[in-house]
Amino acid sequence: MLNFVVRRLLAILPVLLAVSLLTFLIASLLPGDLALVILGDQATPENVAALRRDMGLDQPLWWRYLSWLGHVLQGDLGRSFRTGQTVLQAVAERIPVSLQLMLMAEFIGLLIGVPLAIACAARAGGAFDRFMTGSAFAMLSMPSFLTAILLIYLFAVELHWLPATGYVPFTEAPLANLRFFVLPALTLALAEWPGIMRVLRSDMIATLQEDYIALAKAKGLKPARILFVHALKPSSLTLVTVTGINIGRLLGGTLIVESIFALPGIGRLLVGAIYTRDLVILQGVVLLVACGFVLVNFIVDMLYAVLDPRIRHGHA
Amino acid sequence: MSAPLLSIEHVAVELPTPRGNLRAVDHVDLSLAAGRTLGIVGESGCGKTMLSRAVLQLLPKKAKLTGRVIFDGEDLVRLDAERLRRLRGRDLAVVFQDPMTSLNPVLTIGTQLMETIQEHLELDAAAARKRSIELLAAVGIPAPEQRLAQYPHQCSGGMRQRIAIAIALSCEPKLLIADEPTTALDVTIQAQILDLLAREQRRRHMAMIIITHDLGVVAGRADEVAVMYAGRVVERAPTSALFKRMHMPYTEALLAAIPKLDTAPHTLLPAISGRPPDPTRPLRGCSFAPRCRYAAGRCHEAKPELKGAEMPEHLYACFYPIRMAEGIGA
Repeated sequence: MLNFVVRRLLAILPVLLAVSLLTFLIASLLPGDLALVILGDQATPENVAALRRDMGLDQPLWWRYLSWLGHVLQGDLGRSFRTGQTVLQAVAERIPVSLQLMLMAEFIGLLIGVPLAIACAARAGGAFDRFMTGSAFAMLSMPSFLTAILLIYLFAVELHWLPATGYVPFTEAPLANLRFFVLPALTLALAEWPGIMRVLRSDMIATLQEDYIALAKAKGLKPARILFVHALKPSSLTLVTVTGINIGRLLGGTLIVESIFALPGIGRLLVGAIYTRDLVILQGVVLLVACGFVLVNFIVDMLYAVLDPRIRHGHA
Repeated sequence: MSAPLLSIEHVAVELPTPRGNLRAVDHVDLSLAAGRTLGIVGESGCGKTMLSRAVLQLLPKKAKLTGRVIFDGEDLVRLDAERLRRLRGRDLAVVFQDPMTSLNPVLTIGTQLMETIQEHLELDAAAARKRSIELLAAVGIPAPEQRLAQYPHQCSGGMRQRIAIAIALSCEPKLLIADEPTTALDVTIQAQILDLLAREQRRRHMAMIIITHDLGVVAGRADEVAVMYAGRVVERAPTSALFKRMHMPYTEALLAAIPKLDTAPHTLLPAISGRPPDPTRPLRGCSFAPRCRYAAGRCHEAKPELKGAEMPEHLYACFYPIRMAEGIGA
């Protein structure tokens, strides 16, 4: 097992390096001069040239990458030239919001998707299965801004059950905080469960054809034990992958949902950085989010090993 | 005579396919007394596995089963799901062909053994564990306590089949169905597994059905042999009577197709030419007739009944059984 962890960790290093290079290139190769952006169009050429020298923009690209990487490795991701906030500060301020949104959305998504998948697979091809597969497909093709607006209309405007927009930190008012998060999390979850359900359903159906399921039936085990113990675990590898990808994706915040519900998360930070051409923030946030994504995938790999002993022992 | 433990009465299994209904099992009658062994022999696709699945009620959902399977006085075909569940694993156990796929890869051997025991016998975890260790020792697994914590992939094929047998034996079943229990194993392991099954059968006085394509497997081990072809039983006899004098040309061909030690190297194996009939088409006459070297006109016209002539317990379905073959074949 330890060997497996070390092997996986070593495989991550080149990925992280590539991520840093790409992030740097995207930010650096964007058209427009950063110094000009900062100083505005009233700046004299001398001032621009001086600022370029100060920021090291006159150096060759590879040198700028290496010096940026050097700073990053020391934990210095730079500072916004607009607010003066460091990247780490800006992200630390907003990550709890995106994290909470992601966790709640994924939780609700799994809560809806997993039981439905098991129910469908247990009677594959039956009326319930066909109905749910169709519904999942319909939900999958519904854009999140539409879901969001419908949910706001129903639960905020008509029923007055939940607030439409806003945010308070969990530490200040836990209940109010959760109320603010229900609708955005539900919006995301409604887009997540169809994928979760379809993946788990088809894996479950395949697993239920296996010899060891026939043997489990021949052993006279209860149907629930066959479904939940014998079939669910070997069927959940793809589900774990999908959940990992979802989490990684939501870790970077969601531009649309955070904007609609006015949640101050990573997504809003990114949008703001793009609008104001705050390249330092943009670069730093993208790098951190990408690293988070890699980390989540590493955890997913570890989960594989927990689920399937053959991976743990290096057989498969 | 008391009622047999298992009585398969007129069992037929049809599977819907895009080309029409496939007759997997074509009206089979068999019976087995407690403590006895029945060998079911036939080539791939003859319906022997489907027949065993019909007994276990583990047919694919779409399969259509008719007839009755009376086990211990109850018709399994009409038994409700809960009663059937309580019967399976306890009185009626099975060992599948491929031990590489019949054990759950993500559950430990201990879990897979103990869950059966705890499902059917009222034992607590410690007692179930103790019994599991005894079972593993009984099927010849060294260091059984360590094995409990291991996963199937950490054991060899032969080991896994021994574990599958231990699971099958765990609740002292009245009937064990062994579906090609040695086909997926190394030749060197095959005899060991068969001897293990025979020994445990005697010790526990259970009835056993051995399904195989190899007449050699049943030769010394079964009390009675049923030869299946194209979904039907074509010859059925006590083992000694069958090997003394087989009547059905198919049985003879099956025996001839077993390689022998005393044949000279590089001689062709007398394989049965041709293929079994298409089971989706209606069949007139004897199903083996197209491949039979003794077949005459009548064989293509009418279906021979399975019946006994001079010995009531030796049944065969043939118009021109082999003892009369000289007069016709020439």
